[in-house]
Amino acid sequence: MKLFDVIIIGGGVTGAAMARELSRYKLKIALLEKEVELAFGISKSNSGIIHPGTQNPSLSLKGRLCAQGNQLMRGLAQELGVDFKEVGELIVIFQEEEKARLRSIAQEAEALGVPGLQMVDRPWLRQHEPNLSPDIVAALYAPTAGIISPYRLVYDLAENAMKNGVEIYTAHKVTGIIRPADYFEIQSTGGIFRSRYLINAAGLWGDEIANLVGIQDIVIKPRKGEEYLLDKKLENLTNHLVFPLPTPTSKGIIVIKTSDGNPMIGPTAQDGEDKEDLATTDQGLNQVLASAQKLVPAINRDDIIAYFAGLRAVAGDDFIIRHENQCPGLINVVGIQSPGLTCAPAIALMVIEILRQHGLSLQKKRRFYKNRKPFTHLFALPLGKANKVIQKNAAYGDIVCRCEMISAQEIREAIKRGATTLDGIKFRTRAQAGRCHGGFCTTRIMKIMAEELNLPCSEITKRGPGSEIIKASRENEANDIT
Amino acid sequence: MISRDLVIVGGGPAGLAAALAAYENGVKDILLLERDQYLGGILNQCIHPGFGLQYFKAELTGPQYAERFIQKINHIKEIEVSLKSLVVHLTKEKALTYIKPGAMQTLTAKALIMGTGCRERTREMIQIPGTRPAGIFPAGLAQKLINIEGLLPGREVVIIGSGDIGLIMARRFTLEGAQVKAVIEIQKESRGLIRNVVQCLDDFNLPLYLRHKILKIHGKDRVEKVTVAEVDDKLQEIPGTRFELACDTVLISVGLIPENELIEMAGVAMDEKTNSPESSELSTTSIPGLWVCGNAYKIYDVVDGVTRDSAQAGKLAAEYLRNLP
Repeated sequence: MKLFDVIIIGGGVTGAAMARELSRYKLKIALLEKEVELAFGISKSNSGIIHPGTQNPSLSLKGRLCAQGNQLMRGLAQELGVDFKEVGELIVIFQEEEKARLRSIAQEAEALGVPGLQMVDRPWLRQHEPNLSPDIVAALYAPTAGIISPYRLVYDLAENAMKNGVEIYTAHKVTGIIRPADYFEIQSTGGIFRSRYLINAAGLWGDEIANLVGIQDIVIKPRKGEEYLLDKKLENLTNHLVFPLPTPTSKGIIVIKTSDGNPMIGPTAQDGEDKEDLATTDQGLNQVLASAQKLVPAINRDDIIAYFAGLRAVAGDDFIIRHENQCPGLINVVGIQSPGLTCAPAIALMVIEILRQHGLSLQKKRRFYKNRKPFTHLFALPLGKANKVIQKNAAYGDIVCRCEMISAQEIREAIKRGATTLDGIKFRTRAQAGRCHGGFCTTRIMKIMAEELNLPCSEITKRGPGSEIIKASRENEANDIT
Repeated sequence: MISRDLVIVGGGPAGLAAALAAYENGVKDILLLERDQYLGGILNQCIHPGFGLQYFKAELTGPQYAERFIQKINHIKEIEVSLKSLVVHLTKEKALTYIKPGAMQTLTAKALIMGTGCRERTREMIQIPGTRPAGIFPAGLAQKLINIEGLLPGREVVIIGSGDIGLIMARRFTLEGAQVKAVIEIQKESRGLIRNVVQCLDDFNLPLYLRHKILKIHGKDRVEKVTVAEVDDKLQEIPGTRFELACDTVLISVGLIPENELIEMAGVAMDEKTNSPESSELSTTSIPGLWVCGNAYKIYDVVDGVTRDSAQAGKLAAEYLRNLP
């Protein structure tokens, strides 16, 4: 049996960033993900904010890794061709007395080296952010805050890691881990793997994975966040990310800009027990709406075009990133809640350093492919450029998703790059994410999938087994007869 | 830039009627752009009867109704039909850009008729809380899956909203052997035609819950059940009336919205409430020489009305072109 040097459990942004960073070295690496596609856990519900480092104490792991991650993300996005936009953030206050809190936030952030911080007053806000509530008296402006597509970042990291030799196994749920000698034997629903080092980046299930090797002191609780997306017509509702003053458990309800254009409002922060409870609620909607309207009064209930809930993996106040001496070779990377997306590239570097300290020999490959062939998104091109693309490849002119202008070629490309489900296609291309929510294009996408994946339509799922789109097909009935 | 006398966007019942009427009234250069791979629009998936009672004095199915127009159009060489052609850009000067496989075309229309139809209101627009599993379909998508693709989207169905598509789909699912658990309507009467309530629900003993609303959709990977409650005059839940219905499918049939993003892009004055153009008389818009007809203009109950009014738009365009200097 093949002996891997490093196996990563978990295909969210943390796992994918570590896989990509480790793929620079002469190592045999595998990543195991229990879902049928990557980014289907916590990462798919991420807000997509690249935080500057203003939200966490300077002495916390979160604070340090966030400031570092914010800087690293720029280079990473460029190398991978991910759409990172630096839009800046405003943490706003409604009372003059709250200025002291803003100043202390600024001090913490400055200690982390967050650049460009500025206290801005009402006239500045009126000029640069005209839709903000007139009740807002001042704000802390952090220009280095940015936005990115969280799931596309995961897919692009993973794609590049694979190009550099990482083996990725989806639908491989880890069910047991033993350590028969100086290596781990990992049982999964897809087979047994062996590895010298093991990284636990299993998100909400990080405690269960740790338990498998006898580590009992990690407990992960889900904290639900509901997010509400607004119509793309409101793309310029705000020019910055707009935050209220943070509370001890959350950053509060934010007015978010997203890389797809739709503004987003949320998230709530509701502690719970059920790691699979992704239901939105009336209370959540009302809370998000009221809080967002306090920041930007023009927001209207009818502007909401989509919503979802995600779960944060909470393991205490800070991240847990450590080598387990009681189980040599195991590194836990758990409790990665916000600002985990921002931190991911910095976490990857930190984990590599831990691996080095614990005996992993790291030799750089002679040839590392740092770039990735970008995905052509027709909607992102000016018309003239789109015309050239269509003339070169006719299938780019075959529009499948009319709301978002996504062509058959882009659907096929997404499948070639790993999409196996309707959600996977939506996350990669935006097809079905527009105004009609797939009302017009779902059948066509299913047919393209059936063709490319060589499956009957009856086996096509939204997000894996159990989420088949249809219950019966005439094709099957015909097959039964013959 | 290429210039065409009359461009019609949309090859459904509205565009087809407008094209024929314009031709019959003397327009000899017509380009008909259809985004799908066939003409007829949504009529193609409406395989039930009841079309044409007013216009043809005959009871036809949707495809039969469309076919009567398509046959004629196909024999008129002055009407150029371009399929799989999606208009992506429009200016107030009526310069439009469309994409089709292998080509992107920009041209100017002397006269322009938009018959771009409508889309369905979604679950998100009425903000039903709960999870987002597989098994939630706009009613029209379910209709397309069954009638065009031969795929059955569910076995145990709850239909939200009693609009005509919802009612027709209640019957359609029943005929396919699925069980329709309920049609849930928040108002005190059905929004659909009386004949559809009788022929699609009553005749099959399907339960219609008036003054009820869905409180929550449950299910992780696939829909498992819905929570329903009775509502009062203010459409608020009446305490103590909650119940659950097990189902694997939820159909959403809560209304249609005119698709007018293109004319909005061109700067046509819009009525934001209805997403249709502000209009002083039938089919006219704030841009001279640009008409909107069919469900893009307003939501019609029956297709016969679409045909009648769209033909009028075709006639207006012909007149407009005759009077151009």
